[in-house]
Amino acid sequence: MSPAAAIDSPTLRALQDTAGTEFVSELAATFLEDAPRMLADLRSAFEASDAERFRRAAHSLKSNALTFGALPLAARARALEVGGVASVRTQGGDPVGELEAEYARAAAALEASTRA
Amino acid sequence: MREIRSTPARLLVADDNKVNRLLLARSLELQGHRVAMAENGRVALEMLGREPFDLLLLDMEMPEMTGFEVLEHMARDAQLRDLPVIVTSSLEGIDHVVRCIELGAEDYLPKPVNPVLLKARIGASLEKKRLRDQQKEMVRRFATRAVAADLDASGFALGGKHVRATVMFSDIRGFTAMVDAQPPEVTIELLNTYYTLMFDAIGGQGGVVNQMVGDGLMAVFGAPLPLPDPPRAAVNAALEMMQMLDLLNADHRKAGKPELRIGIGIATGEVVAGYTGTQDRATYTCVGNTVNLAARLEAHTKEAGEPILVDGETSRALGGALAAKTLGTVEIRGRSQPLEVFAVVA
Repeated sequence: MSPAAAIDSPTLRALQDTAGTEFVSELAATFLEDAPRMLADLRSAFEASDAERFRRAAHSLKSNALTFGALPLAARARALEVGGVASVRTQGGDPVGELEAEYARAAAALEASTRA
Repeated sequence: MREIRSTPARLLVADDNKVNRLLLARSLELQGHRVAMAENGRVALEMLGREPFDLLLLDMEMPEMTGFEVLEHMARDAQLRDLPVIVTSSLEGIDHVVRCIELGAEDYLPKPVNPVLLKARIGASLEKKRLRDQQKEMVRRFATRAVAADLDASGFALGGKHVRATVMFSDIRGFTAMVDAQPPEVTIELLNTYYTLMFDAIGGQGGVVNQMVGDGLMAVFGAPLPLPDPPRAAVNAALEMMQMLDLLNADHRKAGKPELRIGIGIATGEVVAGYTGTQDRATYTCVGNTVNLAARLEAHTKEAGEPILVDGETSRALGGALAAKTLGTVEIRGRSQPLEVFAVVA
């Protein structure tokens, strides 16, 4: 099975139809500018086991990912938001790293499909 | 020429997330509203204190002051208590929704916000606010300072009295069939536009709408505010209502939408009038035979095939100034004697 598309094109197209293509390009640029700060926040909250900050950062990422149709990114962010830092840490692995990788994939796809 | 569109509202969007804030503001601007933005709850409250807004769209998770805190603050503030709030949030869990509603939020929209849903909810909230504002305005207009204080103290009970007034009933024909045939948000928007136009016509002649039920309304001319010539004011308002409806229908024809037909009944005479209600909801009420007669005349417009019917009192009060034709005497339901009925010629 091929991996799910980083950006769900019907969702993005619907957004472009209702808000305007040019506006969505600007909005995507805003997201790409803000997201690294949210990711850094998520990373540091994870390392500090700061439950509230961790949940908030994951929540913001999820919310914006849904807006642009970055569904796999939204799903990962949601899992962290709902799971909470304690349980995510217990499960081991590198969940934040995986989310960062998914973000990179979504960012590239979003940039490509909203480029004027 | 009069613009046929619902009045744009002044909205405030409070969201700490820049993408959400910009997108929501954009959607609302595309719907014709004027939008201001706040990046957290504290800034939102400052802005609400500084300038008037018609509605607040509120995110829950914000730094400095959360949406919950904003709602709590607004509930304690007499100036802000009645401002409608629509919560937009992607918080997980139904308990958040419940908490928002308990704190006085009007509605809850999950993010990402669906633009169609957004439009319908905003329309409904603004309409409710307009009704609340209207009620406040009624208290302000009808009550002298002393009476207002008394009303406040006594919990809205005002002794009734007999007054001479002209009463109008108006109703949309075949509205239920129309409601069944179109999406709910279209119906609400249509009602908003319709009411805006009718209120304009009635208010412009000094009348007061004191009841709205679905697609029908009741208006009183000459009470509680005295008017020099209530029957004439009512008939002029009715004629203006028909003109406004023509404009709206011309608009609808162009858009391929169904046209509206209304019936109006007007009667003049003595009514028992008074201020009734509770602390939260109060209205100026008129009851009596004249009120019933106006309602019957409105119902009779269907059978008569005439949009505006008036009783003998109204017709006589207008004398030669009224272009009306007599329909002779008509048996009206609930009346033992047949009554003289006149159709106003538009």
